[in-house]
Amino acid sequence: MKQFWKSMLRSPSGVIGLIILVLAIGVAVFGPMLFPNSPWRMVQRPFLPPFTLSTVPLGTDALGRDVFAGLIFGARVSLLVGLVSTLVALVVGVPIGAMAGYFGGKTDDALMRFTEFFQTIPSFALAIVLVAILQPSIYSIVASIAVVSWPPVARLVRGEVLSLRTREYVQAAVVTGQSNTWIILREILPNALSPVIVLASLMVATAILLESSLAFLGLGDPNLISWGYMVGAGRTVIRQAWWITVFPGVAILISVLGLNLIGEGLNDALNPRLSREGR
Amino acid sequence: MLKRVLLGLVLACGLTAPALAQEPKTGGVINAVIQPEPPGLMLAMIQNGPTQMVSGNIFEGLLRYSPKLEPLPELAESWSVSEDAKTYTFKLRKGVTWHDGKPFTAADVLFSIEMLKQTHARARNNLAQVDKVEAPDDYTVVFTLKQPFGPFLGIFEVGSMPMVPKHLYEGTDWKTNAYNNAPVGTGPFMFKEWQKGSFIRLVKNPNYYEKGKPYIDEIYWQIIPDAAARSVAYETGKVDVLPGGSVENFDVPRLSKLKDTCVSGAGWEFFSPLAWLWLNNRQGPLADKRVRQAIMYAIDRDFAKDVIWNGLGKVATGPSASTIKYYTGDVPKYPYDPAKAKALLKEAGYKGEKIRLLPLAYGETWQRWGEAVKQNLMDVGMNIETIATDVAGGNQKIGDWDYDIAFTYLYQYGDPALGVGRNYVSSAIAKGQVFNNVEGYSNPEIDKLFADGAVATPDSKRKEIYEKAQKILVEDVPVAWMLELQFPTIMRCKVKNLITTGIGVNDGFKDAWLDK
Repeated sequence: MKQFWKSMLRSPSGVIGLIILVLAIGVAVFGPMLFPNSPWRMVQRPFLPPFTLSTVPLGTDALGRDVFAGLIFGARVSLLVGLVSTLVALVVGVPIGAMAGYFGGKTDDALMRFTEFFQTIPSFALAIVLVAILQPSIYSIVASIAVVSWPPVARLVRGEVLSLRTREYVQAAVVTGQSNTWIILREILPNALSPVIVLASLMVATAILLESSLAFLGLGDPNLISWGYMVGAGRTVIRQAWWITVFPGVAILISVLGLNLIGEGLNDALNPRLSREGR
Repeated sequence: MLKRVLLGLVLACGLTAPALAQEPKTGGVINAVIQPEPPGLMLAMIQNGPTQMVSGNIFEGLLRYSPKLEPLPELAESWSVSEDAKTYTFKLRKGVTWHDGKPFTAADVLFSIEMLKQTHARARNNLAQVDKVEAPDDYTVVFTLKQPFGPFLGIFEVGSMPMVPKHLYEGTDWKTNAYNNAPVGTGPFMFKEWQKGSFIRLVKNPNYYEKGKPYIDEIYWQIIPDAAARSVAYETGKVDVLPGGSVENFDVPRLSKLKDTCVSGAGWEFFSPLAWLWLNNRQGPLADKRVRQAIMYAIDRDFAKDVIWNGLGKVATGPSASTIKYYTGDVPKYPYDPAKAKALLKEAGYKGEKIRLLPLAYGETWQRWGEAVKQNLMDVGMNIETIATDVAGGNQKIGDWDYDIAFTYLYQYGDPALGVGRNYVSSAIAKGQVFNNVEGYSNPEIDKLFADGAVATPDSKRKEIYEKAQKILVEDVPVAWMLELQFPTIMRCKVKNLITTGIGVNDGFKDAWLDK
């Protein structure tokens, strides 16, 4: 573990990514406490440019709502959707991939055909359809993002398990008569975890982008402000008021960038051979 | 004994007065936006907004209406009402021909009425009080009513009762008649061609009965599906006229400031679209009158007008728009007063029960409005949840009464008997329909007032009845009235006299001319 942090902190991209993520989480957790006002509240005159009033530092939108408050509350929704939907995707994808890889044969065939069924449909189109059918709400959005993002997890885990299954220590466990569940959970999965963690960090970034795209198209939860919603709502007035779209757009960019950097840092840290060779 | 009303001529003079200031010039082509593309142009069978806007120049009705909704002559040059208010006699204009050269006579009027009763739901409704229609000669039509019906002179506008050529439609299958695709009317413009998805072209009727009119040679109705592209088309000079609703509200101020651009909010007086929130009176907290009143106090309607509608329109005071007959502003007032709203909620014992809000899925403006109203209501302590939906889904929920609060707007057609009563009388409660009394308000006194008001005479009696009805309704708040909407028409200043009547662009090119 110590080794992990050491190499993680040695990689500059990992450090930058971590800083960004910690900041974003801090804003999402503590920000709303500093801004007790709802971001939907109309507080100033509409279309107030940024940096003109200290109470609304980033200006106001078409209804006079504080863009800065929107960013802070939006961080909560964006991060929450990103983390929860990734978690759900892992919960679905890891067991399917592990079972397919471990048992092989017909089980593998069945599970992989099922996975491919989801992979053949363009994921964003599927997400739109699901949200439209289920009616936009935070639950339907998390569910549909999870539904479109678990197949890569399953495939990755299957690949890892396939290769680990032939290792001697796994063979030994089989020979000593341990149960399949025990072998998968205790012997194989812990060793297959590194690439999954890297993938998961990138999935959070993708999920944030997906949520933003859905909200941009008007398929966000109408009761929660999110960065994608802000960009979508400001898009039509971009010629009059650039700041309504630019600030949430930058927020999306930075947080997705941060998560990608973390992914890269994790990759270096969790793959000691690669990181040592690199230096 | 007939009492002759010769209002017609006087008003006709009044109408052309602005034109006298500057002599109209003849010639020129106008490009206007039509949004969305109409499903067809046969006005007797299709009554969508865009159909009316284009076909109002091809077809004509017996009457037009001034911005104050007084009847003006069109195909009828004068009219009279009998002493008992049950017989209406129309004298038709002589020398009117259809676009194919055949003369227009009383036989066409009789045929049109028979046809409209089958093809035009609102016309059928409007004609319900008519006992018989007769034509003693080629240029006289006499309507005999079952009982006096005050708003009767308000049902003859081209969109409500277009005149159809008998010689082309009689004995044919109306739905498949070839002239549906190339309509023939008596109007100032003739249908020329329709390139689907691109434009509809109308040309001047050289044999129009008003000498010298129309002044314009051709009208191109341009079809441009994207709102931003429509704004650009105006900026680049491709189109000269943007009728109300064809660009987003926030683009209106920007386009209005362009050089040589004139904006007019007039021309919707006859329709008077009024926006309100349906409040489901049947169940939950909203069944309590005090909660409904609290909603009226809680919503900042001036903000909605100034910010969301860019200052267009007017805060509504009650069930009638101020342009509608017998409107009175002398009703209980609901200024923006969150403190009072909170007090009323407390008095009603509201304890934060969840209330569902259904916005109208008609684009950006309505979405923003939904967000603002939600915030207003949350600010006074109401627990509002917005339900996301599309137009069809919203209609279904409203029709099934599966909502608490829902946005809408409706046309009022000039008279409380034609466009207001339908939303408040208990006989108009019918599940599955969207534009009747969907709030479920039921008050025997209101039922009686609207029943009496429709047939009362004289006018002063109707006024008394409807003013009383407005006071009761505003006190009870069956729905939360928001704004009298305005759909501004944006046009180049060189387009003159486009909007001269209460029907506006929907029959406006008759008088329009181009200043070169």
